Amino acid sequence: MRIEGVPASAGYAEGPLFDLDRPPAVYAGKATATEEKTSLEAAIGTAVSRLAAMAEAADSDAAGILEFHIAMLEDDALSGPAFASIASGQTADVAWREALDAEIGGYEASDQDYFRARATDLRDIRDQVLRALTEDGDSTAPTGAILCGEDIAPTRFLETDWSHGGGIALKAGSTASHVAMLARSRGVPMVVGLREPLADLAGMALLDAEHGSIVLAPSPAEIGAFRQSSASFVARQGVVRRFLARPAVTKAGTAVRVQVNIADPSDVDGIDIATCDGVGLMRTEFLFGKNLPDEETQYRAYRKVLEWAGEKPVTIRTVDAGGDKPVPGFTVEEGNPFLGLRGIRLSLARLDIFRVQIRALLRASPHGNLRVMFPMIAMADEYERAAALFGEEQAVLAARGVAQKMPPLGIMVEVPSVAIAPEAFAGVAFFSIGSNDLTQYVMAAARDNAAVAHLNSVRHPAVLRLIGSVTAFGRENGIPVSLCGDAGGDPAAIPSLLEAGLRDLSVAPAQLAMAKAAISDVSV
Amino acid sequence: MSAAAEATVLITHDVGLHARPSVKFTKLAKTFAADVEIALAANGPWFDAKSIVKVMAAKAPKGTVLHIRASGSGADDAVRALIDLVQRDFDEDAGHVRSA
Repeated sequence: MRIEGVPASAGYAEGPLFDLDRPPAVYAGKATATEEKTSLEAAIGTAVSRLAAMAEAADSDAAGILEFHIAMLEDDALSGPAFASIASGQTADVAWREALDAEIGGYEASDQDYFRARATDLRDIRDQVLRALTEDGDSTAPTGAILCGEDIAPTRFLETDWSHGGGIALKAGSTASHVAMLARSRGVPMVVGLREPLADLAGMALLDAEHGSIVLAPSPAEIGAFRQSSASFVARQGVVRRFLARPAVTKAGTAVRVQVNIADPSDVDGIDIATCDGVGLMRTEFLFGKNLPDEETQYRAYRKVLEWAGEKPVTIRTVDAGGDKPVPGFTVEEGNPFLGLRGIRLSLARLDIFRVQIRALLRASPHGNLRVMFPMIAMADEYERAAALFGEEQAVLAARGVAQKMPPLGIMVEVPSVAIAPEAFAGVAFFSIGSNDLTQYVMAAARDNAAVAHLNSVRHPAVLRLIGSVTAFGRENGIPVSLCGDAGGDPAAIPSLLEAGLRDLSVAPAQLAMAKAAISDVSV
Repeated sequence: MSAAAEATVLITHDVGLHARPSVKFTKLAKTFAADVEIALAANGPWFDAKSIVKVMAAKAPKGTVLHIRASGSGADDAVRALIDLVQRDFDEDAGHVRSA
């Protein structure tokens, strides 16, 4: 049984499952409030000395986190409410849990990712003391185990011996958590946001934290395929790691810009901005996942990525719903959705929703180097209408005295009409070639249909010729051209793309090093 | 002889007055006899700068103008030292736990 999730730290692990959420041992209540108080004081003391011992053996990143936990535990402001509650008759375990849960609630309510992620630290602090109270101190996982549960405490991560493998698979969790940061820096495979609960936590499992999945009770065939992927990952990591920190240059000395594609704003938490030339594509469909996001939610998401990128460009694509990405309450059901009301067509049909996104983008723009592009443009009129809406909303915001800035407006080149006759778009700020859709439309082969997958090749001469002519048109007219489809990160396609004239690719973050390595082998 | 001092400083550290910086901030505050408080606005609410729980609860992100005030012996020195720590980005390299 395979369960999909979100990769938080790339790698592969094969091993026994360990349940992080086993019910804890029961606390034995004391006779008097004084004894309860002593019992809690002792448990806090035990937790602090355990943390101090761990901090001594830890590296500086880990020690910083542990010192934070110690400082919190030693602060009377944290334990005060618990002691007050004990004085009025509560038992130590309940008093402590309630006091800490109230504090945790405050962090969970924060509108900042960073502070929200600290709720995990507070839960860890809470459980350290509860564990000391119940003297349930020896719940260590076997070596090489895959730790599974709702979430994982930073101290649990730190007290685990990762030298013999192992990994983490969480139902909740965040790629911005302390543990995710530690896992990435230690190379411990970790997947968060598993789509289904792990029903049976016995036996062996295979954790693929490169793509984000876990296989329970694997078949021999699944184990074989997994080991192949794992070995290939290790080999690739070794070869390409040294390319990550360097600028991308071909064998002939030609510089190539390599940007990243992201979806969720938290994706950037795992990326060092120094290793890429910016964000070539930020998708915004994720924001439209379950319900339509308000202006403030969108503004915060865009601003976060812009501030992370600093002076480097961030290209945000207006919502590309429809096709294979339906959004309840927004997209329509169609017989042939890839050729229907999707991308800019849908946005122009639902101006109420589009205008909200435009305002959020205009407001976020002063916080960085924003560029905005429209998906699925087929005719110049669509671009002009979308650009006019930006002008209208800018005037509205300016009249209200709201800070805003007009970003350069460009288009995705993915509908063949644009690639064949780009001269209608000489006035746009930039082109970004969407090779996935361009290929499926040129080859008339849906990319979600495995039966025609063999037709779906960006390296078909027809597709490459179009990419070459768009790139040449851009060069002659001073319009920057980049490519942001999957082909940009595919080592097999990179030589053809550079030969077609492209010097600007945008790839998935996990493919950054690989793409740079592939570029260094090309002799253009 | 009691004294009072108050000043403001812009938080430029990447994620604000967060876990590790707040450990350093409260440790430094505790070295002064004066009462020290912080706030995100001139009219409060004010938080005890010697309590990490209170300092974290202030949830001051990057870009916040932090108000610091002290009263009692050494108030001036306390405010100056804490402002200086914030301006030095808490002696931290913001990217230290990041990796690709």
